[in-house]
Amino acid sequence: MQLIKYDSNINFIGKRKIAFFLSVAFMVVSMASLVIHGGPKYGIDFAGGTLIQVKFMAKTSMDGIKGGLATIGLGKSTVQVFGDPKENEYLIRADALDTATEGLSLKVKKAVELSTGNDADIRRVEMVGPKVGSDLREKALFSMFFALLFIAIYISGRFEMKWLLSLGMAAALLSALFFVWKICIFFNFENSIPVLICVALIGTLVFFWFLKLKYAMGAIAAIIHDVVITVGIFSVLELDFTLSIIAALLTIIGYSLNDTIIVFDRIRENLRKHQNNSLEKNINKSINETLNRTILTSFTTLVVVVSLFVIGGSIIHDFAFAMIIGIFVGTYSSIFVASPILLVWDLFEKQV
Amino acid sequence: MTLQAFFYFFNVADILGIRELKNISWVLLSSFAVIVMAIVYVLPTVIPDTWPHKKINLGLDLQGGMHLVLEVDTDKAVESTLERISHEIRGDLKKEHIRHRGINLLKNLRLSIKINADNLDKFTGFMNSDYRDLRFLSKSVSNDLCTVFLALPEAEVKEIKKMAVDQAVETIRSRIDEFGVSEPDIRIQGENRILVQLPGIKKTERAKDLIGKTALLEFKLVDETHDLDAALKGTPPPGSQILYQFIENPDTGQVVKKPFLIKKRTALTGATLTDARLQIDPQYNEPYVSIKFDKKGTRDFSRVTGANLKKRLAIVLDNKVYSAPVIQDKITGGEARITGNFTTDEAHDLAIILRAGALPAPVRILEERTVGPSLGTDSINNGILAMYVGGIFVLLFMLIYYKGAGLVADFALVLNIILIAAGLAAFQATLTLPGIAGIVLTIGMAVDANVIVFERIKEELSIGRTPRGAMDAGYNSAALTILDANVTTLIAAFVLFQFGAGPVKGFAVTLGIGVVASLFTSLIVTRQIFDYFLKNRSVKTLSI
Repeated sequence: MQLIKYDSNINFIGKRKIAFFLSVAFMVVSMASLVIHGGPKYGIDFAGGTLIQVKFMAKTSMDGIKGGLATIGLGKSTVQVFGDPKENEYLIRADALDTATEGLSLKVKKAVELSTGNDADIRRVEMVGPKVGSDLREKALFSMFFALLFIAIYISGRFEMKWLLSLGMAAALLSALFFVWKICIFFNFENSIPVLICVALIGTLVFFWFLKLKYAMGAIAAIIHDVVITVGIFSVLELDFTLSIIAALLTIIGYSLNDTIIVFDRIRENLRKHQNNSLEKNINKSINETLNRTILTSFTTLVVVVSLFVIGGSIIHDFAFAMIIGIFVGTYSSIFVASPILLVWDLFEKQV
Repeated sequence: MTLQAFFYFFNVADILGIRELKNISWVLLSSFAVIVMAIVYVLPTVIPDTWPHKKINLGLDLQGGMHLVLEVDTDKAVESTLERISHEIRGDLKKEHIRHRGINLLKNLRLSIKINADNLDKFTGFMNSDYRDLRFLSKSVSNDLCTVFLALPEAEVKEIKKMAVDQAVETIRSRIDEFGVSEPDIRIQGENRILVQLPGIKKTERAKDLIGKTALLEFKLVDETHDLDAALKGTPPPGSQILYQFIENPDTGQVVKKPFLIKKRTALTGATLTDARLQIDPQYNEPYVSIKFDKKGTRDFSRVTGANLKKRLAIVLDNKVYSAPVIQDKITGGEARITGNFTTDEAHDLAIILRAGALPAPVRILEERTVGPSLGTDSINNGILAMYVGGIFVLLFMLIYYKGAGLVADFALVLNIILIAAGLAAFQATLTLPGIAGIVLTIGMAVDANVIVFERIKEELSIGRTPRGAMDAGYNSAALTILDANVTTLIAAFVLFQFGAGPVKGFAVTLGIGVVASLFTSLIVTRQIFDYFLKNRSVKTLSI
C-alpha cells in the first residue's frame, strides 16, 4: 500500500511565500493575544492559588456552589464545570490564602453541601504559594531555554560538524546570560527572567547567522514558530497554562525537531547525490520523498493523542489538546518553515 | 551514557555486525536476554508477590495522597539562638558587675548592647574573653552612650539553619510515623524546604495539622496584678502580653476568642517531656492529654508550682492558651494534664505532636497537592483505556498498511510497551498520569522508526533491488536518521527531568525510556526478524 507515489513532485517550496504569510499571520495573532491578555493565562502552578475539584452526587447549580463559597469568604473564587457536565464535577479556584488554607477543604465541603443540599466529594486540592509559583515559572522558562540550547548544539554538531563551534557558542551565551542575570539581581529587576530568555533566544539566532549554522537556524526557527503558535492558541482560547503544558511544549519541541531532522537528513543526502540539481529542486525532492513517512507518523501519533484527548480523562485533557496542536504545527513547520529557511539563506548569500 | 559513547557504541555495533549481521549469534542472544529480563521485571506488577518483587510505583496522582512542600522559617531558629545568647550575656554582665543600658534583639538578626562610654573598656575586655565567637559589627557613640552591634558568625548562622531543617525533618518524620502512614517520603529540598509525600492518606486535614504545628509548649503565669481590660484597650504592661484561648461551641461551630493577660517569661517549656498520652476523663467523658516530665522537668515543675500557689498557670501551645488552671498544690509527681475541649482525634494528634517534640522553627505550607483515591482510580482507568484504544488502532493500522512487515512492527510495539514497564519497575521510577500520557505518546511515535525503515525499503524495492538488498539498504541508511531524530526527543526528556517537578518528572522518565526502547526494538529486534526470514527461511518476497 502506498499513500504518495515515490516520483510525486509536489512543489512545496514554491508555495513558501503563502506559507510565510500564513505562519507570520498565526504568530502575529498569537503574540497579539498574549499582549492583550498580559501573558499566558497562568494556572495555579504558576500564578499561585488554591484549586479544589468537587464532585457532587446529584445535579447541582453553579449559583448554589457560589452561594456556599460566599458564606466562608470565598465569594470571589471562580467556579467552572470540569469535564463532562453529566459528572457534576466542578473546579473552584481561589487566590492563594497561605495560612488560611488550614482546614479549607473541609470548610468548602461543609459550605457547598449546605448551600446545594447535595453530598460533595472533594476529589483534589492543590495549593501553590506565590513564591513556589514564581519559582516554577522561572524553572519552566529555563527548561525551555536549555532544551533549545542543547538542541542547537546537537544540530550544529551533527549537521555541520561544528561541535566545538556550537559548544563555544553555548558557553558564551550561558556565561553572558549568567552575568546579565547577576546584574539584574543586583539592581533588583523583578521578573527579569522572561526578558532575559527572549534576549538569549535572539542572541542565539544572531549567533547562528554569523556562524552560518543554517540547519540549526532553520530547526530552531521552526521550534520557536511551533511553541509561539501553541502558546498563542492556548491564549486565544483562554486555557490555563500549567506545568503539564510545559511538558507538552517540550514534547512538541522534540516531535517537531524529529520531523525537521528527517527532512534535513534527506536534503543532505540528496545534495550529495544530486549535486547538479538546484537547491530548491533538492529540497522539494527531499520533502516529497519523506512525505509518506511524515504523513504516516503524524497520523499514528495523532490517533493516540486524540484517544488521550477523548478518553484520557479531564486532567490530561489540556495536555492532549496541546499535543494535537503541536502535531499539526510541528509537521507543517518542518516542511514550510525549516526547509524554506535553508533556501532563503542560500538566495540571500548569493545576492550578497 | 554520553553522546560520544553512544555513537561509539553504534560504531562498535557496526563492526560487530548489527549492520551486516554476518554473525547473528551475539546480537540475537543479547536481544533475547533483554526481552527475558524485561518480562521478569514486569511480572511482579502483573502477578503479585513474584520475584524480583519490584512493582511499578504509582505516583500520588494515581493512587491518591498528599504532596506538601514546607518552608522552614530558619531565621526564627537563628533568632532564638540569639535570644538565648542575649539572656546569657545579660546574666554574665550582672555577674561581672558591668552595667549596661539595654540589650536588644534587632529584626535583622543582630544584637545591640547599650553601654555607658566609661564602661566600654571593661565591656570589650569581657566580651573578648567570654564571647569571642560573636561577630563585632559596628559601634556608634553619642554623648556618653555607646551602642555596640553584634551578630553570629556566618558559618554558625549557616549551621544553625541547616540543623533547624534537619531537625524539622526528623520531627516531622516521627510525627508521621506515629500517625501511621505507609511509605511516607520526607526529604529536604533545596536549602530550607521540606518535601512530604504521603501516599494513600485520607485524613488529609489532620495530617496537615500534625505536620504544620510548631508545638512549642510553654507554661506561663497569668498576670493577675494588672487589669486585663485596661491592657486590651491600651498596651499591655511591660513583661506581659495578651494571648487568646479559642473556644469552639460544639453545637454551632462558632469560635469565641477569650483573652488572657499572660507574663512573657516562660516558667517551663515542653522540652523536658518524656511522654504524652490521650486520656479520657471518666467524670465528664472528655478527652485530655496527660503529660509526663523527666527528672529535671519534674524538679522545675515542682519548684514553679510550689512558688506560685493559688496563682493561675497558663498552658500555652504555639502562643494559644489551652487552659489556665489555678495551682492548688505543689505538684511533685511530674505529671500534668492539658485540657481544652478536645475531640478524641485532636487529643490523640496533640499527644503525638508533644511526644515527637517541637519543631526548631515554624514551618509554612508553600505547596499542597491532594488527590482523593477515587480520582486516582479514575485517572488510571481512563489513561489505560486511552492506551488500549490508541494502541489497538495503531496496531491495526500498521497491519493493514504494511501487511507482513506490519506484523513485525506490531510485535516490536508490544515489546516496546513491555520494555517501558520493565524499565519503570527496574529503575523504581514512579508512574504518574502524565507518565501514562508519555507511554501513550510513545506508542504513536515508536512506530515512526519502523515507518522510516519500511518506507526506505519500499523505495529501494521500487528501484528494483532484491528484498535482501533492499532491507539492508533500508536499515543502513535509516539508522543514523532515526538516531538523530530520537536524540532530540531524549534531550527534551532530559531537560524535563532536570527541571520538572513531581508528575512532570514521571512523564520525562517514561518518554526517555520509551525512546530508548523504541530504538532497540526498531533497529535491532525487527531487523533480526527480517533477517531470519530472508536468510534462514529463504523467503523470496517481502510483504511490505
